[in-house]
Amino acid sequence: MTPVRTATDASSGRVWKKPPFIANPWVRYGLVAITLVYLYWAFSTLPFNWERIAEGMPRALRIFGGAFPPSFERAGLLWTGFKESFQIAFLSTLLGVFLSVPIAVMAARNVAPLPVYLLGRTIIIVSRSFHPVIVAILFVAAVGFGPLAGILTLTLYSIGFVAKLLAEEIEEIDWGQVEAMRSVGAGYLKMLIYGVFPQIMPRQIGLSMYQLDSNLRASAVVGIVGAGGIGGTLMNAFGRYDYDFAFAILLMIIGIILVSEGISGWVRKKVW
Amino acid sequence: MLEITNLVKRYGRNDPVLKGLNLSVDGSSVVSIVGASGAGKSTMLRCINRLVEPTSGSIKLNGHELVNLRGSELRHSRRRIGMVFQGFNLIDRLTVMENVLSGRLGYVSFFQALTRRFPQTDINRAFNLMERVGIAHYANKRADQLSGGERQRVAVVRALMQEPEILLADEPTASLDPKTSQQIMRLLQTLASEMSLPVLINIHNVTQARMYTDRIVGMRHGQMIFDGAPKDFNQDALDAIYGGIESPEEDSGEPQHQTAQEALA
Amino acid sequence: MVDHAAKLSDHVWSRYDRKEQWTRYAVYLATLIAIVWAVRDIDIFWPWVWDAPNQIQSLGARMWPPRFDTWNAIFHAMLETVHIATLSTMLTIFIALPVSYIAAQNTTPNKATLWLGRFILVSSRSVNTIIWALLFVAIFGPGVLAGILAVMFRSVGFIGKLMGEAIEEIDRRPVEAMEATGASKMKVVLYAIVPQVMPAFFAIIILRWDINIRESTVLGLVGAGGIGVLLQGSIDLFAWQTVATILLAIVALVILGEAVTSALRKKVI
Repeated sequence: MTPVRTATDASSGRVWKKPPFIANPWVRYGLVAITLVYLYWAFSTLPFNWERIAEGMPRALRIFGGAFPPSFERAGLLWTGFKESFQIAFLSTLLGVFLSVPIAVMAARNVAPLPVYLLGRTIIIVSRSFHPVIVAILFVAAVGFGPLAGILTLTLYSIGFVAKLLAEEIEEIDWGQVEAMRSVGAGYLKMLIYGVFPQIMPRQIGLSMYQLDSNLRASAVVGIVGAGGIGGTLMNAFGRYDYDFAFAILLMIIGIILVSEGISGWVRKKVW
Repeated sequence: MLEITNLVKRYGRNDPVLKGLNLSVDGSSVVSIVGASGAGKSTMLRCINRLVEPTSGSIKLNGHELVNLRGSELRHSRRRIGMVFQGFNLIDRLTVMENVLSGRLGYVSFFQALTRRFPQTDINRAFNLMERVGIAHYANKRADQLSGGERQRVAVVRALMQEPEILLADEPTASLDPKTSQQIMRLLQTLASEMSLPVLINIHNVTQARMYTDRIVGMRHGQMIFDGAPKDFNQDALDAIYGGIESPEEDSGEPQHQTAQEALA
Repeated sequence: MVDHAAKLSDHVWSRYDRKEQWTRYAVYLATLIAIVWAVRDIDIFWPWVWDAPNQIQSLGARMWPPRFDTWNAIFHAMLETVHIATLSTMLTIFIALPVSYIAAQNTTPNKATLWLGRFILVSSRSVNTIIWALLFVAIFGPGVLAGILAVMFRSVGFIGKLMGEAIEEIDRRPVEAMEATGASKMKVVLYAIVPQVMPAFFAIIILRWDINIRESTVLGLVGAGGIGVLLQGSIDLFAWQTVATILLAIVALVILGEAVTSALRKKVI
């Protein structure tokens, strides 16, 4: 060790600092300043109702006190709610997956002419930009309360997701198979059926399972704004301060979501 | 002075990997440990700094018992044992300097570690050692931008930053090309004599073991079956260690006689 | 082989073998039964279904043209929405990181903490943001606090799960090296784990911020602040032209959010 020690003394005072994460000091301190200003601005402009919030703790205690033990007494209501949620999820997945096939073909640049392509893309973008709850509230306004609004909402939601991924899949297909179909003289439709669809089929089944799972989750939520299913039951339970029933519903939702996630994962593994 | 007595390591209910090993190393000697894969070389090395828990036996470093240490006592004795790994084990996304300074983690406070404010003596020591092995100009480069040989030098410097009383090297040259691995071996050899530091090297390459170390220990099936000077390490010993398992690596070319400085350049 | 030869001699061709065929038929049949059951059983008044296109069209007509006279209120509600998304994402980091630490198999102190971490992640993820909002509105009353808490409680599961996976995928060798220097557990985390998960961390935060912006637009429908409050209010008043403006504003915000996140992603990674 000794040689190193003496060397240390000889060259003492060399400095080293960690090179900063962001090299430009203006950007570095600018970012810190912006963050602080933003936080101050956000917190000072947001309308917090502190008096109401102060009541929160005792209320929380009352709510959780009322929620235990969860009440499964109204099992009939629970069953109808979940049954309806499942029906909404199932039907809208089917509808959505079927409708998404033509829309995906429309929105794939390699098989659709430009005007059709733009139309297809527009449909996808529009159905993707809104949260399903917003779509649900509009459909409830248009066609009234009940599962119909839910089915319409989730169909649109499924189209947005499935058609987008499917269109990307079609754009990446092996073009040789399509040319082969063309060379044997197949028409456009036959070209699609033999040259394109077989290539995207496994992906489509996987997507459907995934979509069924996420529609089941979403169906619990769209009910909150009146589009049918268990969400409405939950909303009512909250509205009537039936916290023990609400808690029972929540537990059921969590359980069903876990089971459905497991099943959908298992099926996708089998198919893919 | 490292003294290993009757060291046993057994994983679960399987056959022991180490079957009552005895070894003592003193002064500034460079000891190479040779043996086929699975002979227990790596396990033995990791028992010394307790990355692997020994099942029974005793390991003493300068009269200090290492087995059964817990918590901060264990961390304090790990500080005194430097280790160099086969895969370098650098932190890729940090700079060379941070990697080097991380050898001081056992000494500095958490706050110093967090803010990278290491004591000036540590920084001086880091620069001196890096200059000594020729990597000082890389101080602020990210570790993953260096070549294999340079990375292993960073790892050696990191281990030396600990001011170790012994240096362990687990296949330090196995991931390097022949020329670079000779440079690293020579570096370990010269550093050992400069700092009067005992060095234990696990190595596959028998030629390098003969060339760069003062003593060869041969292991097979968790037992020591050879212990002697490189000149005594003959074909019989080789057969006893590797016989019927696999052939050891042999360098074909004539050993090049460079000075340490050349090797570092 | 024999089977193959027999098939060849008969020149019978079929797309799937027998077992696959039966499985497929079973799946088709089950799906068909489920469809029939669902369609017959569901509580839908069918004449409404046939009338639905008309209704949707007439709603669309009532929305046209969008009215911009309340743009000031809409703009402020949009700002509030962004604040909710941003603040909740920032605050979530402080909860999600410790949770991901105990929910990752290679860093968790013991079995009990591992299961605690997993429990937190699963319960956070299985409850939708809007259901969390329902709960927090009941506790703290309507307002942005309920919204921020709701988004946070949902984001913890998302960020925590992905960060936990990032921690589980790190290279273990630097950890071993840091342990060998005699560093304490916290210092090992700081030097060997934090640098390795940094890129994943930024990517996950940016992704979740984008999602949170969308989620924040609906919080107001249950009274938890943001643009949703205004949307619900306009719907209740049948002010459809204002509703149209709000919808346009939401689309603009979502597109803006996507632009910002993709720019950030390029900068950081």
